[in-house]
Amino acid sequence: MRSLKRKHITLLALVVLIAVAPLFFPSAFYYRVGTLMFINGLAVTGLVVLIGYAGQISLGHAGFSGIGAYACALGPLHLGLPPAASLVFGAVLSGGIAWLVGRPILRLKGHYLAVATLGFGILVSMVLTNEAHLTGGPDGMAVEDLGLRAALREIGISVRAPELWYWFSGLVLLAGAWLVLNLQDSPTGRALRSLHDSEIAARTVGVDVARYKLTAFVISAVYASVAGSLLAMMNRFVSPDIAGFLHSIQMVTMTVLGGAGTVLGAVTGASILTALPQVLTVFHDYEHIVLGLIMMLVMIFLREGLVPSLAKLFGRRER
Amino acid sequence: MSELLQFVFSGVTVGAVYALVALGFTIIYNASDVVNFSQGEFVMLGGMTTVFLHAAGLPLAAAAILAVVIAAAVGIALNKLAIEPARNASVVTLIIITIGASIFLRGVAQIVFDKQLHRFPSFSGDAPFVVAGATILPQSLWVVFGAAVVFLGLYGFFTRTLTGKAVLATANNRLAAKLVGVNTNFVMTLSFALSAAIGAVAGVLVTPITLTSYDIGITLALKGFAAAMLGGMGNPFGALVGGLAVGLIEAMTAGYISSSYKDAAAFIVILAVLFVMPNGMFGKTSVNRV
Repeated sequence: MRSLKRKHITLLALVVLIAVAPLFFPSAFYYRVGTLMFINGLAVTGLVVLIGYAGQISLGHAGFSGIGAYACALGPLHLGLPPAASLVFGAVLSGGIAWLVGRPILRLKGHYLAVATLGFGILVSMVLTNEAHLTGGPDGMAVEDLGLRAALREIGISVRAPELWYWFSGLVLLAGAWLVLNLQDSPTGRALRSLHDSEIAARTVGVDVARYKLTAFVISAVYASVAGSLLAMMNRFVSPDIAGFLHSIQMVTMTVLGGAGTVLGAVTGASILTALPQVLTVFHDYEHIVLGLIMMLVMIFLREGLVPSLAKLFGRRER
Repeated sequence: MSELLQFVFSGVTVGAVYALVALGFTIIYNASDVVNFSQGEFVMLGGMTTVFLHAAGLPLAAAAILAVVIAAAVGIALNKLAIEPARNASVVTLIIITIGASIFLRGVAQIVFDKQLHRFPSFSGDAPFVVAGATILPQSLWVVFGAAVVFLGLYGFFTRTLTGKAVLATANNRLAAKLVGVNTNFVMTLSFALSAAIGAVAGVLVTPITLTSYDIGITLALKGFAAAMLGGMGNPFGALVGGLAVGLIEAMTAGYISSSYKDAAAFIVILAVLFVMPNGMFGKTSVNRV
């Protein structure tokens, strides 16, 4: 019952946040920042499954975002796919690659996964940068619109693009969060969380450790891919930076900052780190230092992350 | 034939650097079971600090020695401030901490130094030798020679000195080492200082050839880890062989396939090792005790 309640609290909090925030938006720019928060939140929600539930780490998830983003850029251009189908194609491709890469790696311990994913991310951004005839190289390339606005106009609704993207990405985040929250208390979710505490104990009670790690890895890859697709279609532009190492690190930092174990925590972490560069204009120069410090400090002093630690501080009643 | 020899020369040169990075991984891993992902940053620190101290007017040798000392101090600080407070943390936690440290050091280097590529003069000129139709830079010989000295020096340290034996004992079984009076905290600190210094030495040696900048650390860490894994995690001899192997594979990839994908070689090595021999060439089969 308790966890059922927590699930609904999380979803309710998200709905309220998404619905109420625009009342305080003085300009369209804020819709854009909000959209970025939701998209990052979606990617990070996927990482909750991998880091928070299964206790594994990836230092290359931006690679999957890159695949999703470039699927949306290249799909309509070279395969004649409509933009929405390109998004799905990117997600399937990411999931498939995650499955292929994850199978050998996930049999082993955390370090190997960290390094292999790190290498994978570097490999993806290398391909995106080097295959300039296909991807436009470091300069990036234009991306076709999702076509939502045109579709809405046909049925007589006209929305400005930033607002439309705000509501759309908010909905996608809600759907993504709902799926992950449902997963948490399913048999698969319980198996995943048993890995986090002790792999050996999980194996002893009959959990197929390698398979569940792989499941978590594939799920998180698909989330990262969809987030990458959305980002590319909102910006109408994509460059190899999206698959870069720094982006992977941003994702991990967002996840652990808010609290990798809960969706609400992770979305909070994503929101904070998305808002930070907008508030602090000097942030860009210090981005590495800030990200590095957050990663170290959170892991040393607030190992569960901001939101669970605060929740513990404020209320025993939740327990 | 001379082409192949040329690739072998360049492979051995970078391989020696990877071997040193892998050795740094190995020393810290043995002493504390921590895989230190900021290992590559020490190479960067060694090179960059030397560049800027030299530019500030210090003679090259003094700048290099000071850079190695500074890197060792950073290593000690890393252990005291970030690793020790997180004792008994899970593997994932430690990975995030050391990656955080790596990003942090990179950010500091970007502010303290700058974002340009740098080099300093080679130790003994840039006139290449010609060997059987292939050329080799004097600095390459310095790299190989330096790596050999580091490996031999460490071999002597671990087998001939009491402190070295204490490190080995800690690597074998920390609790047992503690029981016979080894100060395991000191051993940890020493390991971080040693690893950092070794990384910095690698940076000093190779910078005249490959140049350096604030962001070279992470790819070096990736390649050093691939080397350590190929040789068998925790085995210093394996680090040496693994490093040379990764260097050679990379040089052959660059020479015969495509130079823009040479960095992919390390990743392929990692995947191949995981598929074929998960414990590396000289690693022990690992069994988890509950």
